[in-house]
Amino acid sequence: MIYAVFAPLVVTLLIPLISKWKEKIHTGWFLLPIPFLIFLYFIQFAGENFTPKSEVYPWIPSLDISIDFYLDGLSLLFVLLISGIGTLVVLYSIYYLHKSEQLKQFYIYLFLFMFSMLGVVLSDNVFVLYTFWEFTSLSSFLLIGFWHHREGSRYGALKSMLITVFGGLSLLAGFIMLTVISGTTSIQSMIEQTDVIVDHPYFPLLFVFLVLGAFTKSAQFPFHIWLPDAMEAPTPVSAYLHSATMVKAGIFLIARFSPLLGQEPIFFAVISVVGLITLFWASFMAVRQTDLKGILAFSTVSQLGMIMAMLGFGTEAAIFAAVFHILNHATFKGSLFMIAGIVDHETGTRDIRKLGGLMTFMPMSATLAVFGVFSMAGAPLPFLNGFYSKEEFLGATVELNQYTGGFLGFLQEAIPYIAVIGSIFTFVYSMYFFFGTFRGPFKEKELDKKPHEAPVGMLISPTILVLGVILIGLFPNAVNEPFLAHSAEAVFGGDIHAHLKFWHGFETPFIMSLIIVGIGTILAVTRKKWAGVYNIFPRKGFNEVYNFVVDSIENGSKKITETYMTGSLRHYVAFILTAIFLICFSIMIISNGFAFDFSQTADITIPEILVGLVMAIAAIATIFTTSRLGAIITVGVVGYGLSILFVLYRAPDLALTQLIVETVSVALFLLCFKHLPELRKLPSHPGVKSTNSLIAICFGGLMTLIGISAHSTKLFSPISDYFLEQSVPLGGGHNVVNVILVDMRGLDTLFEITVLGIAALAIYGLIKLRHNKGAK
Amino acid sequence: MEILMSILAGILFATAIYNLLQKQLLRIIIGTVLLSHGAHLFILTMGQLKTGKPPIIVEGVEQYTDPLPQALILTSIVISFGVTSLLLVLSYRASKLNESDNMEELRGSEHE
Repeated sequence: MIYAVFAPLVVTLLIPLISKWKEKIHTGWFLLPIPFLIFLYFIQFAGENFTPKSEVYPWIPSLDISIDFYLDGLSLLFVLLISGIGTLVVLYSIYYLHKSEQLKQFYIYLFLFMFSMLGVVLSDNVFVLYTFWEFTSLSSFLLIGFWHHREGSRYGALKSMLITVFGGLSLLAGFIMLTVISGTTSIQSMIEQTDVIVDHPYFPLLFVFLVLGAFTKSAQFPFHIWLPDAMEAPTPVSAYLHSATMVKAGIFLIARFSPLLGQEPIFFAVISVVGLITLFWASFMAVRQTDLKGILAFSTVSQLGMIMAMLGFGTEAAIFAAVFHILNHATFKGSLFMIAGIVDHETGTRDIRKLGGLMTFMPMSATLAVFGVFSMAGAPLPFLNGFYSKEEFLGATVELNQYTGGFLGFLQEAIPYIAVIGSIFTFVYSMYFFFGTFRGPFKEKELDKKPHEAPVGMLISPTILVLGVILIGLFPNAVNEPFLAHSAEAVFGGDIHAHLKFWHGFETPFIMSLIIVGIGTILAVTRKKWAGVYNIFPRKGFNEVYNFVVDSIENGSKKITETYMTGSLRHYVAFILTAIFLICFSIMIISNGFAFDFSQTADITIPEILVGLVMAIAAIATIFTTSRLGAIITVGVVGYGLSILFVLYRAPDLALTQLIVETVSVALFLLCFKHLPELRKLPSHPGVKSTNSLIAICFGGLMTLIGISAHSTKLFSPISDYFLEQSVPLGGGHNVVNVILVDMRGLDTLFEITVLGIAALAIYGLIKLRHNKGAK
Repeated sequence: MEILMSILAGILFATAIYNLLQKQLLRIIIGTVLLSHGAHLFILTMGQLKTGKPPIIVEGVEQYTDPLPQALILTSIVISFGVTSLLLVLSYRASKLNESDNMEELRGSEHE
């Protein structure tokens, strides 16, 4: 299984190599077999006797993080969607993207996404899941911004990134809380400890974190605003990421955690309400869109809301309907996106106001679209899969009866009505999509080029998807027991056996369907008269909020940064030192860290005092000297003084090294000083001068105090005894300092040499650079 | 003696920082040199001074000075020499190229 998951990642490494021949053969052809093989690999698991499989690969055992792949029914459904739709999307993209596009980047991003999405749905370890989760956000960002020369692409990419990563961080917080409470990082083990987690006082907070992650990813109200802007991505990407797979990651997450969260009233209340609001709001908004992909984007949001709501109901029928609809939505929405792409490709516009009457020009696409839109609309026809899941959904809304009285009871009563209203608008926009594009008057003048049918290759993928729509519609039980039942069981936590049939008799859900179709048809025919109603809500709305937040964060942080990033070295040094001083000083005061113990000091001798005095005077003199030579001498005096101190303090190696280094340094200084401008008193503000002195004195004083305190406080016996004892037996050397440097801490010394080497190279480079002066 | 040496280290630090805060490149380099001197003295003093013979194992000697700070300082001396020489050459290049050694003038423009 691990090979199947990592295959797309490995492929991304090869893409730069194979894209060399893209002029001759479209890169996509090479890559097409990969998702298809993954699909073949996983489909062999499907069957009536399917049992969950797991594989464990240790990764970071100390943090309890391992790459656990857990393939149950739910994962299987998603894995097949990812690889199956992935294959079709790659095939479609071969015709959609011209060879002159940056195919290399496109396929790298696409396969990176495939890899991370497979990881999301298979990981059992929450932290690995989170990592993959963020990878999907990242690759989505890159794919939306694929045409990065367009303003809209960049805006949409950033928006999706900010919103989904915001949700991702919240998800991480939720996962951390789950791990801390349950003491495990495995989702399956967490589910076993449901009682512990649910009864924990922090459960509501944890719930909010998890749900925020899912809602942002699955574009639930009010976070849905990123999805319409994500339509700037190339259409294969919209079909793949933003309708079939990535946006369902949030749904996956809720489904995955349903056995854990599902029994809580808060789960029902939050998930169903948000799902239904999303369903209603987005389907209502979809009707007024003018962009074909815009309609589909809002439609996706609304369908996601429907699935979310069904997961929120949590009943057997609802969960079955939810997983069924995940599959169905991928088939019909995928095909519709591809058809929208074809229309865009062949007419040069996606603006539905300019389109119309394309049926005669594009009969194949139109035929495919018929099946797609009627399936999406949930029209009661026995050969459309959308109808089955829609009817299951309506049935599930009617059957809700867990709660009596109170808010939840009221909600339960209201749900069927909201569902019907939302579905009516779904019907309206579906009809609008089809009739606006393919029927009605043909507006030749509006189009830049003469429309014609798409090449056969482009039609293959949507045809396969539409065949899926029809076949599932005709034989729904073919996917039921071997496949969907396992998925639903993984979500529900118990056995689910639904029998799918077209005709249940003249029951409530069927009547609801008829109402939807009836009112929907009336509204669709008279759509133009209702334009005022559809525009009743401001067009921008939540986008304004998003823009405002992003703009103010950007401007605010710019202003704050500009106050301290002045470009002046002096300011930086001053800020850093002041911060060190304030933090150190206050901590020393708070923790009562200053200690003065004069008992164990060494004797004071005259030579040391003299040397120290000379050094102090020389150091102070460097401030006041105005001649280069004077500066060299005074700095040299300090250095040589230090080496004398080393001699006095029984450190012969230090003294020797210091002497050599000091000598070389002075020589170097002399060489360079010759070329550097003379020291001079630069005019400076008296305030600046006094601040400088203040900072310098404060810092010097602090270091003195720390030095004295460190000397006076002996908490541990020094580790030096070890070196003294082991120097001869271990290192075979009598000079302990040398043994420490070359034996005991040999690697440190190696790196020290490396640093010197780098410095030498840099110096050499800088001096050589002199020859081509002017070339910066 | 440790107290006096701590004070000396403090003076070295103070003068180093005053130099660092100046505008001229040269002064800044002098500042870094003084800073490393101060740090070395500081590390040495934080242990104890003159607690025994130099840390070279000789038979019959029981008390040695702490070798660990010495090893640290030895590494540091060499590194700070590298840093100083790099800074020197760098500032030489910078002042040649920009015809100024004033840090306020070398700030770089607003929109680079």
